[in-house]
Amino acid sequence: MIDEGRPIFAQIAERIAGDVLDGTLPEEGQVPSTTELSAFYRINPATVAKGMAELVAQGVLYKRRGIGMFVSTGARARLQEQRRAAFVDEYVAPLVREAHRLGLGPDDLARLLAEVSGAGAAAGGPGRAAGGAR
Amino acid sequence: MTGAADGTAASGPAIVAHGVGRTYGSTTVLEDVDLTFEEGRVHGLLGRNGAGKTTLLRLLTGLDRPSTGRVRVLGGDPFENEGLAGRVCFVKESVVYPETFRVRHALRAAALVFPRWDADRAAELLDAFALPTDRTVKKLSRGMTSALGVVIGLASRAEVTLFDEPYLGLDATARQLFYDALLEEIGELPRTVVLSTHLIDEVDHLLERVVVLDHGRVLLDAEADEVRGSALEVVGASGAVDAFVADRRLLRREALGPLARATVAARLTADERRRAEGLGLDLSPVPLQQVVVSLTGARSADVRTLEEVPS
Repeated sequence: MIDEGRPIFAQIAERIAGDVLDGTLPEEGQVPSTTELSAFYRINPATVAKGMAELVAQGVLYKRRGIGMFVSTGARARLQEQRRAAFVDEYVAPLVREAHRLGLGPDDLARLLAEVSGAGAAAGGPGRAAGGAR
Repeated sequence: MTGAADGTAASGPAIVAHGVGRTYGSTTVLEDVDLTFEEGRVHGLLGRNGAGKTTLLRLLTGLDRPSTGRVRVLGGDPFENEGLAGRVCFVKESVVYPETFRVRHALRAAALVFPRWDADRAAELLDAFALPTDRTVKKLSRGMTSALGVVIGLASRAEVTLFDEPYLGLDATARQLFYDALLEEIGELPRTVVLSTHLIDEVDHLLERVVVLDHGRVLLDAEADEVRGSALEVVGASGAVDAFVADRRLLRREALGPLARATVAARLTADERRRAEGLGLDLSPVPLQQVVVSLTGARSADVRTLEEVPS
């Protein structure tokens, strides 16, 4: 679950941000406590706290004294914006690189993307998408 | 008590070793050890057998005295220091109890020594480890002896708790139990923990600070997060690998026909990462355990250059 290369606190922050992004943690909803997250992810509580502090600094979470951490209003839109900026580097560029290696051009890619999106919407089966890619 | 929960930095040093050396006759076990263990943090004390870990722990807990230098624990000299007895808990490999002592006697003794003793926690852990309270300590198996040490170490709630390879004889399930209970304990009541261990992979995510001893000296003393990701494995066509690692510190290189795998001490920028990908190289981070292995397995000449890497 945790990738060894990057600081764990940053990965925890990213994971919580991911939960905000997909609505698992709704805006104005309470976030599990440091202790709960520490036990759940089996990570030092101080490390979890550091990750949370990062999200507070980014305005994703805010603290209610004596109660706990909550997701800020507008956090989701802000995170989406951030991640869209990184989307090209992290997802599109590697995709294009691998496609190039396999001798697939832009048209093939467009067709595959359409197929996979269609398959995802219809059956949601990754097996079908793989079959379509053939 | 909320120090860790707030994510604030540690409040001060719990343990300080300054220029500490220990010799037995003509054998030097520790040499020139300078260390600071911050209050409320979890430290890993790592290194190969014979590196001096246990000797250092014995000095920190006043069971032995340094030949040179000095040690301070919670502001005092730990040697023959009654005042520290209830504030420092040392879980070591072999504890000598009176011949007829049963498990429950050991726990009662611990309850008397440690003012913050948590009897409920002790009972809970005893149950989890399935320790028979009526058995004499002498007749416990290796694993049960370790479990008893772990129970006392965690339930003591001592300000400074030191574990010296507390897992001997414990199976994977029991070790997980220990790690989970440790996390829960420090979450509830942050305290200074020193964990001497060889099972680095298992405790990796529990550690905040890492100290590696090698031949009685401090080889590495750094934030765990800095050590993780301080080395990198590069795999690909050997020409490309060599071109990419040319001006970097090479820890290890292996070849298989046209392929090469190089481990380098490096932290890459996004640009360098892109360059590597452009060269068709696969990059993967080296876990903490592998960093320590390559540090302590390297020849001393290589080690000196490595020492500077994570700091």
